[in-house]
Amino acid sequence: MSGRFGSRAVVLGGYLLAAVVLFGAAPALLSDFRLRLLAQFLCVAMVAVGIGLAWGSGGMLTLGQGVFFGLGAYIMAMHLQLSDAGPGGRPAFMVTGSGLPWWWELFRNPVTAVLGIVGVPALLALLLGLGVFRRRVKGAYFAILSQASAAAFALLLISQQNTIGGSNGLSNFRQFFGFALSDPVNRRMLYFIAAGVLIAMVAVVHQLRRSRYGELLTAVRDGEERVRFLGYDPALIKVFAYVVAAVFAAIGGALFVPIVGIISPNNVGVVPSIGFLIGVAVGGRATLLGPVLGSLAVSYAGSTLSENFESVWIYLQGLLFVLVVAFLPGGIGSLGGVLRGRRRRPGGVVGEGIGHGPPGPPLVDDAGPERAPADARGGGA
Amino acid sequence: MRQDYLEIRGLRVSFDGFVAVDGVDLTVLQGDLRFLIGPNGAGKTTLVDAVTGLAAASGSAKFDGTELLGQKEHQIARAGVGRTFQTASVFEQLTVLQNLDIAAGSQRRRRSLLRARATVPDSVQLAMETTGLTTLRDRPAAELSHGQKQWLEIGMLLVQNATVLFLDEPVAGMSAEEREQTGELLRRVRRDHVVVVVEHDMEFLRAYADSVTVLAAGKVLAEGTYAQVQADPRVQEIYLGPGSRGPGHQAVH
Repeated sequence: MSGRFGSRAVVLGGYLLAAVVLFGAAPALLSDFRLRLLAQFLCVAMVAVGIGLAWGSGGMLTLGQGVFFGLGAYIMAMHLQLSDAGPGGRPAFMVTGSGLPWWWELFRNPVTAVLGIVGVPALLALLLGLGVFRRRVKGAYFAILSQASAAAFALLLISQQNTIGGSNGLSNFRQFFGFALSDPVNRRMLYFIAAGVLIAMVAVVHQLRRSRYGELLTAVRDGEERVRFLGYDPALIKVFAYVVAAVFAAIGGALFVPIVGIISPNNVGVVPSIGFLIGVAVGGRATLLGPVLGSLAVSYAGSTLSENFESVWIYLQGLLFVLVVAFLPGGIGSLGGVLRGRRRRPGGVVGEGIGHGPPGPPLVDDAGPERAPADARGGGA
Repeated sequence: MRQDYLEIRGLRVSFDGFVAVDGVDLTVLQGDLRFLIGPNGAGKTTLVDAVTGLAAASGSAKFDGTELLGQKEHQIARAGVGRTFQTASVFEQLTVLQNLDIAAGSQRRRRSLLRARATVPDSVQLAMETTGLTTLRDRPAAELSHGQKQWLEIGMLLVQNATVLFLDEPVAGMSAEEREQTGELLRRVRRDHVVVVVEHDMEFLRAYADSVTVLAAGKVLAEGTYAQVQADPRVQEIYLGPGSRGPGHQAVH
């Protein structure tokens, strides 16, 4: 009983600490410029929280979250441009004479814009997820598929020069739901919104992880076939986590737009999609806080380094990813478990504690052909 | 008391022209601990795969009036047909309790899944007692011994509310003591379940089988009690015949 109370106190303390740091310390200590940078990192961390659920708990290596991030961002950007243009107006970048596409009109109203930011990516993830997971596409095949979707999405955006800004993207937003973006107070408000949303997302994932659904999701990750024989449809279990991750990415994208002031295909393609993932891998994808802390740390390191040595960071980022996957596949969050495992088995072969010792989830869910176990089981075949 | 039974008629499975199961008829009643034996390649596991939805088959397999063939794995499981695998496939990262709780939960309402487990369900508690895993409840399954993992598998079938249990070589790799405990567990379970055990271990078979079906080359070769089957000359030929492996050899793994 006291143990349960103790852990509850720790959890509560953790949220309190996060609130004090994000709502108290950061705005008090950081300059407006740094605070805006932190707000930008928080948006990227929202994508990471979703990836932590889908990949860490569910084994779905989502290499294409840029699609959902981009959908949220572009819908927000369209709404902001339309509200800047005023009633009946049209965004300045469009060639005069051509009509405003109907799907721009959809997001002129602030309510439909917000609904679209959540609903469009959720619907896409639902359809995509059902199609993919029903067909039992998983592991590396799923990863390649999701990455290809990010590449296709970026190409589609680039090709639409006149309707969506092409490779320039959308920028120059003046107001956010009626609040002038030139006012530092409103910029600060945007930071507070991002901080609150991020904490709420972590709380949602926290609840999902400790719920029966979370146990089920982990079971699907480690033995999808077995879950099927217990009477569940694993596709539905995976789709739910995938949709949650997509919505989180879209909200991150939507808040990114007014905070950073621009969204372009460069923010949603293959490279940023992998960028979202690196922080999750480094921090520890199967832990609650690993993805969010790892993402913030990688964003910070990236911005600090690229201020000084611009070209080096992309190489360092790749190296970091390779090193973590090769030597610490569970990320920094798994370090405690790995060390404990080493200590328990002194003299154990180096590397044993990493690959097979303390429970560390497989990098992706088992990608083996579905029928293989039946044949390999020998005996009756 | 109503007696459940599994009825298989004319079951046929072929892979790319190779016929693995060739017109098998099989009826197993509740309370009967049925063993399915046969040399390697006889079609035992394929038969189980076909009835549980893992391999496409023609013919008929009915339980409780429901045709199982053609349904998806999870639908068959919900109809009350459960199975284990040769390699224990429990969820290693989850505890004994979590494993059983998941097995017990396929009928839970969707919304209740979003809450944490408040109390241990009665069926889970009962299954832990039946399988002797109560004291290991909060251990991750990865830390269990081989035998304990198999018992956990059987426990998962029990809470899953499966009435037909297919067990694929449950005692392979077990110590003598673990085999005995498994046999006693199966005896307790068969009273209210239809139990079919695929097994190579002749010692285990002789000690615990109520009835035996011998498969060879995808067909039923013989059926009856252990003594009847053992006396059958055709069975003797595949197990004891000159130049072939005898049951003594088969028992050693």
